[in-house]
Amino acid sequence: MKVRRPKLTLLDRLYLPQILAGMWRTLKHIPRKKFTRQYPEEKFKLLGKYRGAPTLVRNQAGQVKCVSCQLCEFVCPPKAIRVLPGRRDDSAPAEARIEKEPEDFIIDMTRCIYCGQCEEVCPEQAIFLKQDFAVTGYKRSELEFHKDKLLELGGIHDDPICKWKKK
Amino acid sequence: MIASLHSPLATELAARYPATHPVGDWVRAHLSPFGAFTVNALLALALTTVFVSLTALFLVWMERKVCARFQLRLGPNRVGPFGLLQTLADGAKLFLKESFMPREADFFVYHLAPLIPITSSFMVFCVLPFDHHIQIADPQGGLIYLAAFLGMGVFGVLLAGWASNNKYSLLGGMRSGAQMIAYEISYVLCLLLIVLASGSASTRDIVLAQHGTVLNWWLFKLPGCGALGFLIFLISSTAELHRAPFDIAEAESELTGGFHTEYSGMGFSMFFLSEYSNLFVAAGLGTTLFLGGFLAPQFGLGPLDRALDLVPGFAWFLLKVYGLIYLYMWLRWTFPRLRVDQLMALEWKFLLPLALGNLAIAAVLVTLGWLLP
Repeated sequence: MKVRRPKLTLLDRLYLPQILAGMWRTLKHIPRKKFTRQYPEEKFKLLGKYRGAPTLVRNQAGQVKCVSCQLCEFVCPPKAIRVLPGRRDDSAPAEARIEKEPEDFIIDMTRCIYCGQCEEVCPEQAIFLKQDFAVTGYKRSELEFHKDKLLELGGIHDDPICKWKKK
Repeated sequence: MIASLHSPLATELAARYPATHPVGDWVRAHLSPFGAFTVNALLALALTTVFVSLTALFLVWMERKVCARFQLRLGPNRVGPFGLLQTLADGAKLFLKESFMPREADFFVYHLAPLIPITSSFMVFCVLPFDHHIQIADPQGGLIYLAAFLGMGVFGVLLAGWASNNKYSLLGGMRSGAQMIAYEISYVLCLLLIVLASGSASTRDIVLAQHGTVLNWWLFKLPGCGALGFLIFLISSTAELHRAPFDIAEAESELTGGFHTEYSGMGFSMFFLSEYSNLFVAAGLGTTLFLGGFLAPQFGLGPLDRALDLVPGFAWFLLKVYGLIYLYMWLRWTFPRLRVDQLMALEWKFLLPLALGNLAIAAVLVTLGWLLP
């Protein structure tokens, strides 16, 4: 290959215009907007598809959507999920009669790989990967998320189907 | 134009900028000559120590902030207001670190080396005129003294590289030794240029010789030669300080830190401290030689001049020094590092002949009296 070697003028060889141009460039950086984000206070803006920590959700009636079918537990590649199925409460009114609310739902966040297969497999759309990416704790036991914590993180998802209303 | 010791101009300048210091004179009046000498020296030592340490702490913070601004970042902003205490926290960390020495290193030289650059920088502080009455010593051969102590820094670098018993340190030491010795020459030629122009080697006299308007600063007063000399001074002092674009002394990517690879804890912090106090010294020297030192800039406009003259001299000195330091930082965070051969070629083939020619032309100009009014 033939490399083009442009003929340099005296000014080019003195480097001085280039040096001044370089300094002008860095000077122009000073008033510009900074890229720094003050992380713990200022969270990153993530894309909607971002897979963060998995959470459990309630429907608009405040019912836990999970029916403890344990599909997520079976599909979970690192075996981070453990579901303890509960008993159906037959004495409750019909619209509150959920198939089987889990007694406890444990996700070991030290094992979770944020793959999203639990969300994918869930027939009830009860488990969602939210945007939380900083899962931290001082102890291992703090990273074992139980049902209450997962429901708190998940919040309420409006469900257009409202399966339990018609029953 | 050269104010001889007894000329009316010299008397007027001496009256306007008296070399008296309330504390030093009070000590001299109340103690025997030997006692006054000892007490004043100790006072000066204490003051320099405090000033150098605080300045270095501040400059490290400033460097990080300025660098961050150039790179669209914020820089340290967590420890203290605006992150001002960041360097203090880093310093505390360095104090607590283990001082580790390689097994085969030369014990005495290894421990001596970090002290040399910081000592030389302390010695140079003594002759910097901060104001007409704030100067520790004003020897007649001030610039010769300066050149001697500025040249001492290279021993620290060479000995540190040699004594560490590490090939990267040795290479770094040799490379920066070669660099410092090379650039020392054009550096000292710039000092010589000013000695030639002002007819004195005393830093105080050099500043007073620039008395008058801004055009009387040596930067402008020697037509062309002053500006060229200042440019050469800037380049060679940047190389002396081994700051980018001449930072092959520590070229992180090639020499894993260069001559101070094997230094940790206090040894490293001494090198670090001296790097920043030398930065202040170089900027102070540039101010003294080319930018009128502690003199207020005067523009030949009555009211403005009087207003500018109200600001105390040390404030002007510090303002100019920090302006120059900002320029050094600006250069550092703009340009990539030079290759070793480029570095040597720049000095021996370009700067040295230029500095010598500049000196020769300046000598002709001074002899003929072709200076700006």
